[in-house]
Amino acid sequence: MSTELLTGWGRTAPSAAHVATVRCPADVAAALSAADGRGLLPRGLGRAYGDAAQNAGGAVLDMTGLTTPFELDTSSGLLRAAAGISLDTIMRHAVPTGWFVPVTPGTRQVTVGGAIAADIHGKNHHADGSFARHVRSMVLATPSGVVTTTPGEALFDATTGGMGLTGVVLEATIALMPVPSAFMMVDTERTADLDETLAAMTEGDTRYRYSVAWIDCLTPGRHLGRSVLTRGDHAGAEQLAGRRKTVDPFRFTPATRLSAPPWAPPGLLNRTTIRAFNEAWYRRAPKREVGAVHTISSFFHPLDGVRDWNRLYGRRGFLQYQMVVPFGAEETLRRAVTTLSSRRCPSFLGVLKAFGEASGGHLSFPVPGWTLALDMPVGDDTTGAVLDELDDMVAEAGGRVYLAKDSRLRPGLVPLMYPRLGEWREIRDSVDPGRVLRSDLARRLDLLEDK
Amino acid sequence: MNDALGQPQSVLVLGATSEIARAVVDRLVEGRARRVVLAARDEAGLGELAEGLRSKGVAVETTTFDASDPASTVAAVDTAFRSGDVDMALIAFGVLGDQLVDEHDPAAITRVVTVNFTAAAAAGVALADRMRAQGHGAIVVLSSVAGERPRRANFVYGSSKAGLDAFFQGLRDSLVGSGVQVTVVRPGFVHTRMTHGMKPAPLSTTPDAVAADVIAGAARGAHTVWSPGPLRFFMSALRHLPRGVFRRIPG
Repeated sequence: MSTELLTGWGRTAPSAAHVATVRCPADVAAALSAADGRGLLPRGLGRAYGDAAQNAGGAVLDMTGLTTPFELDTSSGLLRAAAGISLDTIMRHAVPTGWFVPVTPGTRQVTVGGAIAADIHGKNHHADGSFARHVRSMVLATPSGVVTTTPGEALFDATTGGMGLTGVVLEATIALMPVPSAFMMVDTERTADLDETLAAMTEGDTRYRYSVAWIDCLTPGRHLGRSVLTRGDHAGAEQLAGRRKTVDPFRFTPATRLSAPPWAPPGLLNRTTIRAFNEAWYRRAPKREVGAVHTISSFFHPLDGVRDWNRLYGRRGFLQYQMVVPFGAEETLRRAVTTLSSRRCPSFLGVLKAFGEASGGHLSFPVPGWTLALDMPVGDDTTGAVLDELDDMVAEAGGRVYLAKDSRLRPGLVPLMYPRLGEWREIRDSVDPGRVLRSDLARRLDLLEDK
Repeated sequence: MNDALGQPQSVLVLGATSEIARAVVDRLVEGRARRVVLAARDEAGLGELAEGLRSKGVAVETTTFDASDPASTVAAVDTAFRSGDVDMALIAFGVLGDQLVDEHDPAAITRVVTVNFTAAAAAGVALADRMRAQGHGAIVVLSSVAGERPRRANFVYGSSKAGLDAFFQGLRDSLVGSGVQVTVVRPGFVHTRMTHGMKPAPLSTTPDAVAADVIAGAARGAHTVWSPGPLRFFMSALRHLPRGVFRRIPG
C-alpha cells in the first residue's frame, strides 16, 4: 500500500489516499475488513472527470490488476469479465470475432467496474440504452459479503450508476453485440443553428444506431448552437466490398499516435484559442456527406489517439459539465446554450445527444431527453457562476447533471436531480451499514446522508 | 471537500474577529462554505459573528483561544476537527505591538513573537497533521509585507512575520504530495482597526480586497499571494536597495 495523490481526468481537487493494488477477490475482502473510518473505494482507470474515484485519507483499491476471469463465448456473445478489464481489452479481443461492446463512451480506457458504477452511455443510447441494460449479472463484494446480483434486483439497480458506493464489483457477465465488420458507415451534416440541430436529430435519429452532434456554444447570434451532426452504424461486409478490398473487415488495431507534452502553459486553452478551434472544427466538416467509411476508433474514440490529452489544460485542469433535460424542456436547453454564449464562457465543442429510455439505476444519469456535455478550463472567473445558473435551470426543468463528471455541484440540488436518492441510500445502507464505502464525491455531495 | 474551482465547504478561522478574516468568511459563505468554525479570544465578538452567519443558513461553531498561549491555539484546532473535515483553515490572528515600547521590554517582545510566530507555527503543525490524515485541505496564513525586509520603524512586528512567513513556506514544501496546500498571504497596508490612525503606506488596501486575493490565491493553489498584487514588484525593489538608503526611508 502506498500513499498517492489522486485526481480525476480533469486534474482538479487532488486528494491523497492509501492505494492498494487488487490482484484477486481475496484482496478485496481483506481490504474491506481492514478499512478504517475514512473508508474504502474502488478505482478503475480514473476517467471520471471529477472526484468520483477519490477517497481522501482513506483506502483506494486499484482494480486494474483484477483481470481474471476474461472469457468470451463467441457463439452467444456472452462475456464474463473481471472488473479491472478495460473496454479497450474487450474490443481488441472481441471485434476480430465479430462482437462489439454494447455501449462505448468517448474513450476505450474505462474498466468494466467503472462502466457499471457510472452506468456509462454512448452514441447509441437512444437505441440501446446505457451499459446496465446489457449486464446479465455481476458479482459484488460488499462489507456484508459477496453477492451475485441480476437485473430486476434492488441491489443491481443501486449499483448500476451507484458510483462505486454499494460495493466492489468483482466481475460481470455482459451481452456483447454482433457486428458485421470493424468499420462504420457514417453520415455527416452541418446544421446552421440549434433549432436545425434539434429538428434534424428528432427527425432522423431513429434511422441510425449511433448519433451525436458536436455543438458550438461560443458562437453567438443567429448561428448559436450550430453543429456538426455525425450518425452511422456498423458497416456491412457488402458495403465495404470494393472500398476496402485489401483489408480484413474485422481488423481492429487502434494506435496511439500522439502524446500531449507533460506540461502545458496555463491558459493555453482560453476563450480565444477555444473559439478558433470551434470555428475550425465546424469549417472542416463536410456540409453533407453520406456513407463515409470510418474506423471504430476514429468514430467513437478520436481522443484516445492522443495520450494524456487532459494535460493540455495546464496545471489547474478542467472540468466537464454534462446535463440532461427531459424532452419538452427544449426551452431550457436553449437558455443554457444562450447563457454559455452570452457570458462568453470558454467551452470546447459541446456534445449534444438525444437519450432514450432510462435504465433502472437509482442514480443512473441518462433519462429520456437532451444531454449536453462541455469541457471547460478551470481558472476563468465566469465559469463557476454560469454553471451554478445552469444547475438551477436544469433542476427546475426536471433534469440532472452527471455525477461521474461532476466536480462542483451544490449538494442541495442532488435530491432534486436524483429523486430516488433516498431509496438508493436505504439499499446502500443495507449492504454497508458501517458506511465503509466512501468517496470524495460522496462527501462533497452528501450522497450517503443529508448534512 | 474543496471543489474543482477551489471552493471549500468547511472552514476554520483562527482569529475570526479580525476584519480580514470576516471579509474572507463573508465571501466563502457566498460560495460553497456551509460549515464554519470561528475561533478567537473575544467571546462576545464571536457570538455576534456566529449570529450573522447562522442567519445565512451556515452551520457555525465557536471556540475561544488566546494566542499568547500556543497550547490553547492548538486546542482550538483540535476542536474544529472533532465534528468533521476542515477543507480550509485561515490563520488570521496577530498583534502589531508598539515598536518603541517593545524594543525596550523583553516581556512585550515575547508576547508579540509568541502570538505572531510561536502560536501560528504550533497551529500550523497541528493543522498539517490533521489535514495530512484527512488527505486534503488548504492552510492559508496571513503574513505581511513587513516581513519582507525589516525596517527600523517596525522590526519587532516585521521579524515575527518574517519567521512566520519562512515557517509556512517550508511547511508547504513538506506537504507536497499529501493533498494539503499552504498559501502565504502578504498584505500591504490594510485599513483596519489595527492600523487606525497610522499613515497609509503606498499601495494600501482594504480587508475586502485582501479577502478577494486570499480566496483567488488559495483556489489556484498559489504558494505566495501579494495583496495587492503589484506589491510584489514594489517590495522586490525595496529589498534590493542599499542598506544605507533603505534605512533612511521615512515612516
